[in-house]
Amino acid sequence: MPIVFWLTLGGLLAVFFTLAAYATLAERKISAYIQDRVGPNRVGPKGLLQPLADVLKLVFKEAFQPSSTYRLLQIAAPVLMVALAMGAVAILPLSPHLRLFDGSIGLLYLLGVLSMGVYGISLAGWATGSKYSLLGGLRSGAQMISYELALGLALLSVLLLTSFLLPDANPLAPQAIVEAQRQGWFVFLNPIGFLVYVVAAFAETNRAPFDLVEAEQELVGGYHTEYSAIRFGAFFVAEYMNMITASALIATFFWGGYLGPFESWVGVSGWPIVWQNVWGVSWLLLKTLFWAFVFIWVRWTLPRFRYDQLMRIGWKVLLPLGIANLATLAGILLLIS
Amino acid sequence: MTDIRLSEQVQPTFFPKHQHALYRRLEDKHTLVEIDESDPLTTRIILNMGPQHPATHGVLRAVLLLDGERILKSVIDIGYLHRGIEKIAEYKPPQEFMPYTDRMDYLSPYSNNVAFCLAVEKLLGIQAPPRAQYIRTIACELARISSHLLWLGTMVMDAGAVSMFLWTFREREKIYSIFDKLAGVRFTVSHCRIGGLQYDITDETIGMIRSFLKGFYGELRSWHKLLDKNPIFLRRVEGIGAISKEEAIAYGFTGPNLRACGVPYDIRLYEPYLVYEELDFEVPIREEGDMLARYHVRMDEMEQSAHLIEQAIAKLPKGEIRLDNAKYAYPSKDEVYFSMEGMIHDFMMTDVGPLAPAGTEIYHAIEAPKGELGFYIYSDGSGIPWRVKIKSPSFANIQVLEKILEGAMISDAVLLIGSVDPVLGEADK
Repeated sequence: MPIVFWLTLGGLLAVFFTLAAYATLAERKISAYIQDRVGPNRVGPKGLLQPLADVLKLVFKEAFQPSSTYRLLQIAAPVLMVALAMGAVAILPLSPHLRLFDGSIGLLYLLGVLSMGVYGISLAGWATGSKYSLLGGLRSGAQMISYELALGLALLSVLLLTSFLLPDANPLAPQAIVEAQRQGWFVFLNPIGFLVYVVAAFAETNRAPFDLVEAEQELVGGYHTEYSAIRFGAFFVAEYMNMITASALIATFFWGGYLGPFESWVGVSGWPIVWQNVWGVSWLLLKTLFWAFVFIWVRWTLPRFRYDQLMRIGWKVLLPLGIANLATLAGILLLIS
Repeated sequence: MTDIRLSEQVQPTFFPKHQHALYRRLEDKHTLVEIDESDPLTTRIILNMGPQHPATHGVLRAVLLLDGERILKSVIDIGYLHRGIEKIAEYKPPQEFMPYTDRMDYLSPYSNNVAFCLAVEKLLGIQAPPRAQYIRTIACELARISSHLLWLGTMVMDAGAVSMFLWTFREREKIYSIFDKLAGVRFTVSHCRIGGLQYDITDETIGMIRSFLKGFYGELRSWHKLLDKNPIFLRRVEGIGAISKEEAIAYGFTGPNLRACGVPYDIRLYEPYLVYEELDFEVPIREEGDMLARYHVRMDEMEQSAHLIEQAIAKLPKGEIRLDNAKYAYPSKDEVYFSMEGMIHDFMMTDVGPLAPAGTEIYHAIEAPKGELGFYIYSDGSGIPWRVKIKSPSFANIQVLEKILEGAMISDAVLLIGSVDPVLGEADK
């Protein structure tokens, strides 16, 4: 159904961009409430048009490049970031009948796209030719590689559960992972894996308390110190897109994705397909928004780790925890079967 | 492999001699830096942190020699906020110099006013009336709370928790409102007058102070709850930047930084000024000397300051707020407007200044929020000091940074700078 495909693609992108734009507003509003402030409230009713004003401002500003930059690469970096941030969302199953990309290699594709993200940041840090940016880029490289492993291990435990619960389905397809959660969300079946995944996801998206790559206080913005105008805006949007994607993925892998509570009791499977789609998409959206809120909430509450502490947690806590969780889970499943 | 002196690698645009001197200090005495083109891991970076870096608390500049994220060596460069305050003091009667002291430690202007006033009063051999002394004490402790609040907010913000900064600023805002009511100015108060104060404290102001204190204990408790056991915060501050007792004394530390190293020195206790003798308070001490100790000392000090203010308000005596001696203190406005002598004296105080005996020299120090703030004044008999030397705590406290930055990570650097609480307005003068 090519029309459905294009409609889904268009809808997804539109929703995704809007979400990313409004995530910036949400961040400012929520941080304002946390800090006893009011937040942006001048543009439009209750400041609701603020993202539009921000984008307009960024578009019309001068995109300044310091003389020390590699010009082409400096421009390429933000483009790469946005492209990759959008790419990851393609595998999200939106409802039992609605998905963009039913790849049998869904998870592999996801891991690939997620780890590509480091290129954008490192490239930006290096191509700028500023020492602060370079340090930010280097940090990002080390951080992404360290936390990729923990992320992969957590996903592996999800695969294990999926293939155990639905032996016939291809566990690499995210659709199967969601369907396998009909008996119970993986956050309950695999709590440690969930924990590892969430921490790793925070690190992967460079959000606090793992935002060493930007670290306003020490690196003054890190990799995007020397970016201005829409190029900076691209990084900004990419960061929020990554946050939304990460939230959606947490929801999909551990919180039952498009599944709502009491689904069998309500009898969703008997509904017309359109309503099933609405139901699925709404639940996914709700869960995504909740996790996006958690991302923002954490950022404005917690201090930041130090670089070596971050590495230590990645390699000495999360990685062993992920391995132990995987081994235990495998053992339990072996015993049951 | 090429051997290059580090200082020759950089071609600074401004003040090349000064910059080269700084960079040379990053080198070891006799060694050259090896730059191995084939092995990038041996490359060292020189990172200029400041003077415009947002986390260096003003215009402090730290030149860091980095091995990756680790700081091998550091040089602190100060003087970017030098305004020649000591020299200015030699050209002005004391009362005209008062507003300049506001701009030294601009986080606690009232303490600076009081320090200068007390020094001048010691020079003249006069003493302000008790009510003025009490009001000065109250305001000094408010200034201490305000300064420590800013320190807490910025230090925790340097650690990455931005919200804390705004919460402490919310409380500081209340203190500013109190100063507004007390002195008519929120920030640079200049409320002290030689021999007393400009305005009396009103019941409304006292009510504001009381209501501020009522909420403040709760805020302190909630901040303790937020930070004391926060594993990320503890990891960032515990055991880092430790200074031993001997080092602290050798570096000339004063104030909370010294007390965090286990030296129980507080001028309020050992050489009491104002009315501290009549008030009951404790001096918080920590032994560890690390950032966590500095945090705890300052947090406890804020609580003690709040107690001090409560006591001072309870004991506040009635009476004059300015000395009734027109040779040394401004006459009241009633006299100025309705009597010839009053007007003449008013002009003389501003124009000529209070006359101290020729050859008098004094040094008077108070316990400012950052440490010992002392004024040395030498008088040649005229109303204008012949020499003023300011002993500012931040200048002494900054010196230790070169030592504690060595071996730290970049992320620690901003925290370490924040933890010794430097104010560059005071260090550079």
